Amino acid sequence: MGNQYNQFLKISLLVISVVTLAACSSTSEPEEVIEDNQAASSSSSNSASPSASSGSGQLTQEEIRAQNALRETVFYFDFDVAEFKPADRDTLTYHARDLAANPGKRVRLEGHADERGTREYNLALGERRANGIMNYFIVNGASRSQIEVVSYGEEQPAQNSSSEQAYTQNRRVEVVNR
Amino acid sequence: MNTRTSICIFLLSFLSLSAKAELSIQITQGIDNPIPIAVVPFALEGAGVLSEDVAGIVINDLEQVGEFLSLSRSNMLSMPSEEREVFYRDWRILAQDYLLVGKINRASGSQLVQVQYEFFDVNRELKLAGEILTGSVAQLRDIGHAIANVVFEEVTGIPGAFTSQILYVVSEQVQGDEYNFRLEKADYDGARAQALLESREPIMSPSWSPNGQDVAYVSFETDLPRIYIQNIATGQRRQITNYPNINSSPVWSPDATKLAMVLSKDGSPDIYVQDLNTNQLMRVTDHPAIDTEPSWSSDGRSIVFMSDRTGQPQIYQIELGAPSYNVERLTYDCFQCMKARFLPDGVNLVHVRREARQSPNYQIAILNIETLRVITLTNTSLDESPSVAPNGSMIMYATKFNGRGVLDAVSIDGRVKFRLPSSQGDVREPAWSPFLN
Repeated sequence: MGNQYNQFLKISLLVISVVTLAACSSTSEPEEVIEDNQAASSSSSNSASPSASSGSGQLTQEEIRAQNALRETVFYFDFDVAEFKPADRDTLTYHARDLAANPGKRVRLEGHADERGTREYNLALGERRANGIMNYFIVNGASRSQIEVVSYGEEQPAQNSSSEQAYTQNRRVEVVNR
Repeated sequence: MNTRTSICIFLLSFLSLSAKAELSIQITQGIDNPIPIAVVPFALEGAGVLSEDVAGIVINDLEQVGEFLSLSRSNMLSMPSEEREVFYRDWRILAQDYLLVGKINRASGSQLVQVQYEFFDVNRELKLAGEILTGSVAQLRDIGHAIANVVFEEVTGIPGAFTSQILYVVSEQVQGDEYNFRLEKADYDGARAQALLESREPIMSPSWSPNGQDVAYVSFETDLPRIYIQNIATGQRRQITNYPNINSSPVWSPDATKLAMVLSKDGSPDIYVQDLNTNQLMRVTDHPAIDTEPSWSSDGRSIVFMSDRTGQPQIYQIELGAPSYNVERLTYDCFQCMKARFLPDGVNLVHVRREARQSPNYQIAILNIETLRVITLTNTSLDESPSVAPNGSMIMYATKFNGRGVLDAVSIDGRVKFRLPSSQGDVREPAWSPFLN
């Protein structure tokens, strides 16, 4: 038992160091995010009163990008992976900024898994995925109280079949406005 | 999926005879040398016609657990209905080891029936059992199953589980990612299905109370997974949990005083035990990884669970009251081992197994934790939710067949398999009842 506990400590330390490393590697990100955030806060104050922004009623490039990003509400995951795809980072950043700029706004993050593996484990995996996005939102300015997380596990597949293609569609987190 | 705006249509339809999945048995694999048994059609004395063929129910029961092969009625040389009409040589000639005869008496205009049966050992020319069972016409299936229990136990020495029942969840796609969910209860062979709960939000993890009178399950009817307990006979129900995040996997302790469950209120899913009288909550595991799928040891002193604390799901055991780090790992030789529970012997562990990373097949297996021998019982690829019959002889589990969720059963030696196909929807999460009285 003592041996196992040592083993467990070692693994825990390993896990902690890996997590820390991961955190470090992403600390280069916040700077970029902060820059973006400044740009965003100006643009979101614009979007709050679009008529005042340019007088002509035209949206800036940045505002268009933000609007398009907010229309993307489903984020897909790789098999057995809880982290969102790097390609979704920018889109999720816009979602986070939108929450930060609109403190009254509430979202629900609905996590889903494909059918492989047991149902209870998939319920937990769906939550892990949704939590990952929630944490990213919070790091980028959203408040915890704006976000509700719920996992549906494998209970509500977007595609009710057993193909790789269906699995790709089913491993997802949906951002739902409340 | 716009859960928020979708109206949660939610019907408490206990005792309902509404749409339900019709299940009927198919034997998919039998054994090489089944025991030959003759079950003579029961004679009907009195008025009318009966809706059930009692002898046929006994035959179905005995054949689908694989140990028996019944004699075709057209090959019978005589059709006795009681002991004085039995000539053993008629059955020895046909190489039958056992003989069951009986008769049903129904007074005209009455719903009551009397069923008399007698069971014989042909080679020893000996009557092994016999009695008169009384019930309503509607209970003829129960009477048939009760007779099969007696025959099974006389021959194998193991109590029959033919009067047991199952719970399971049925899901039917309405459109897109919208589904209709039903919690159903049926005889172990899928007959007489009855909806206990219907919802547009998921229903998960049905679990029997030890006396078979209540069911615990997870319902998303409030848009969040919460644990409920429902009385099967009255339909009366109460919500047991309302903690933040995941509330799942309710399992009754063997003494029925506690419910083990999974809660992620403190960040990640961990195992908890709630006292059903005091509502006091005890935390059992405490780890940032996923801990889930609790099941009780038969003495109620420890809990087996799944954790991915080493990166992939493996099975662990912890004594109640022990420090949360004091867990014992039970599985090492699989890529993923999940959803485990001990057979009554406390040595053999039924579980879902994915052997290797490169083969994404999930199968039902038994691990002997003393010899470390593993027997894989199934050969399909999406098998899950194993549930053991109360006599320990068979395991029912969920799998996919022709793209649909179905329930299969396999004997614990892997030799016999049968399937309960569903006429509609995906059927899953079978929970086999304890012995019912």
